[in-house]
Amino acid sequence: MYSLRTARSLLALAVMLLVSVPAASPAWASGEPSRSRSITDTSLQWPSGETLARVLLFRDYNTRVVVIGTTLLGAAAGVIGTFAYLRKRALMGDALSHATLPGIAIAFILLGAKSLPLLLVGATITGVLGVFAVIGLRTIPRIREDAAIGIVLSVFFGVGMVLLGVIQQMRTGQEAGLSGFIYGKAAAMLAADAWLIGVAAIVVVAGCGLLFKEFRAVCFDPQFASSIGVRVHLVDFIMMALVVLTTVVGLQAVGLILIVALLIIPAAAARFWTDDLRMMTILSAVFGALSGYFGSTFSALLPRLPTGAVIVLCAGGVFGMSMLLAPKRGLLAASYRHWALRRNTAYQHLLRALAELEEQFGEGAEIPSARLAGARRWSPLHMRSCLAAARRRGAIERREQDVITLTPSGRAQARRMLRNHRLWELYLIRHADIAPSHVDRDADDVEHVLSEGIVRELEDELTDITGVPPSPHGSRSAS
Amino acid sequence: MSNIFASRHQNGGDDHDPACPVSIHDMTVAYHRRPVLWDIDYAAPQGKLIGIVGPNGAGKSTLIKACMGLLPLASGSVRFYGKPYRAQRQIVGYVPQRESVDWDFPASALDVVTMGRYGRLPWCIPPRRRDKNAALAALEQVGMAEFSHRQISRLSGGQQQRVFLARALAQDALIYFMDEPFAGVDASTEAAIVTLLRALKARGRTVLIVHHDIQTVREYFDEVMLLNMRIIAAGPVEEVFTQENLQKTYGGRLTLLDKAAQAMARIGRH
Repeated sequence: MYSLRTARSLLALAVMLLVSVPAASPAWASGEPSRSRSITDTSLQWPSGETLARVLLFRDYNTRVVVIGTTLLGAAAGVIGTFAYLRKRALMGDALSHATLPGIAIAFILLGAKSLPLLLVGATITGVLGVFAVIGLRTIPRIREDAAIGIVLSVFFGVGMVLLGVIQQMRTGQEAGLSGFIYGKAAAMLAADAWLIGVAAIVVVAGCGLLFKEFRAVCFDPQFASSIGVRVHLVDFIMMALVVLTTVVGLQAVGLILIVALLIIPAAAARFWTDDLRMMTILSAVFGALSGYFGSTFSALLPRLPTGAVIVLCAGGVFGMSMLLAPKRGLLAASYRHWALRRNTAYQHLLRALAELEEQFGEGAEIPSARLAGARRWSPLHMRSCLAAARRRGAIERREQDVITLTPSGRAQARRMLRNHRLWELYLIRHADIAPSHVDRDADDVEHVLSEGIVRELEDELTDITGVPPSPHGSRSAS
Repeated sequence: MSNIFASRHQNGGDDHDPACPVSIHDMTVAYHRRPVLWDIDYAAPQGKLIGIVGPNGAGKSTLIKACMGLLPLASGSVRFYGKPYRAQRQIVGYVPQRESVDWDFPASALDVVTMGRYGRLPWCIPPRRRDKNAALAALEQVGMAEFSHRQISRLSGGQQQRVFLARALAQDALIYFMDEPFAGVDASTEAAIVTLLRALKARGRTVLIVHHDIQTVREYFDEVMLLNMRIIAAGPVEEVFTQENLQKTYGGRLTLLDKAAQAMARIGRH
């Protein structure tokens, strides 16, 4: 029984390691010399028409490899990132990616040569060590998760930088392009590397698909999941292994500083569009893939821009648009809802003020707009727009410039508003012991949210009230 | 004969009655070596509603979490109908505190309740129609059928609590642990929970409920456990729920027990 469990957990690790072995790619670090750049050289080299056509039509073999590789990477990161994000482990990915650097350096020192698969094995080993270091630090009292992540991230990265310095001295000034892992160097991607990413993407998508139920249970409520027999530690381990896999195969393209963005941003963007986990996972994959595709295409057109950064900026763009435009959770939708509520409130206040004035002037009376303006502290501009809106909705008529009359339907609405307002006032006075002088303002806010159900309950509480009761605190619009 | 030996072995040599839904023997639980529960001995009677009552920090939630293996035991053992928790997961249901999860999770009420069925499903097998139907029936039982497709963050606190209850119901367990199901719920949810508890009792289920409101203990429960780091008293409400026992439970912390616990925590830090 126990050995079976161990075997299962080892399987996940074995899959991870196997996947990183078959790719052979010696020339990963041989970016064209023209790509070397200095910070002071700021010209972008805008693409010629010919380059544009070559890149966009996928004619160029190298571009094809890079675009396919980064697109698949974005999709894989989007899928596993969804669960890392919901498990609130996304920053663990950051500690992990920074912890890969010493592994890369040590593998290089031991081998004395550039062999991508072996460097990635080194990256995996120290990356996993970094994850365990975070978990271990967290169990110490008084060290919280954020501190643990910060410590591991910086210390491992520091060790990696020191080792890179050592390599530079050993090799007389050559650090052999290892810094490509820090900032990313997608242009150096070979077909074998794209295959590696492809296989990793399949493993990630298949893993998340098969374990969708387990991942969902553990992300939402790990304690309950554990209570019904889900092996939370094992599920977490597999989830983390898939994060490790995605991170390690993406190091070369995006770089270890920015790779965490691909885990977090597509998932966070997808969350704006849907409340369904399955849909969120799919959207996150699509957003990640789009970021990878557009990012690598742009940077193929503008070869002086670092691919990893452009990919991440594309993801940031997707996030920004989601945050603004998403139908329910987006900022624009929220501010529209807020605006509509305010407009409706103003409309209802206007009608209620008219109903109060009709009580004084008699039903169907022509109400001078000066009296209406006195009922509330409305600016002339605000009142004009309110009146225009009420006329559009057919609630009032305006025969002359400064005289207003309620239409029959407007009157019905207005009296209902007035009744709700006064019922609430009476309820507050009788049942909540609030002074009559205070209830008007409270009722002002509440009257707009009173549903039919609440009004019926109010009527049950105040059985002696029929029709529109008189104001319990004297009319406000009286002079 | 071999059966007797096998069962002795399984019980770890302790005296656990196989007819008892929850038997706790000599249980001590510690957080970072600081003991929060001392020497708990308890045998829950079959088919009763049992309130677990005590002041803040008395270890009420800790007790039920430790019973369900969510916290390690420093010593002692817990058995469900004579068997350890690992063998009895299917028959033990859990309703955690509502605040223990992030309700902004992308899930509908039905999704959450369906999770109550996950324990029956093997790895990698998604829930089937049968499980969805069981989840819908559970939502129906707590009066939430019309909200089954609503995003959980758009439910009120009371409705969220009912979703948690429905999730445990979907499990169709024999023993239920509930952690403050009445905390912060509206009157109609409180009434719905009470009705549900009585229905569970009528079906012979045993329910242990962490409860914070001593005013309602007599009304809701058959049995009560008064807890303050150790069991002050446990048994039928009319016998145990006395002024004297309440005084012992709530009347100040047990200074010596507390000091000893702190001393042990200090040792743990070195």
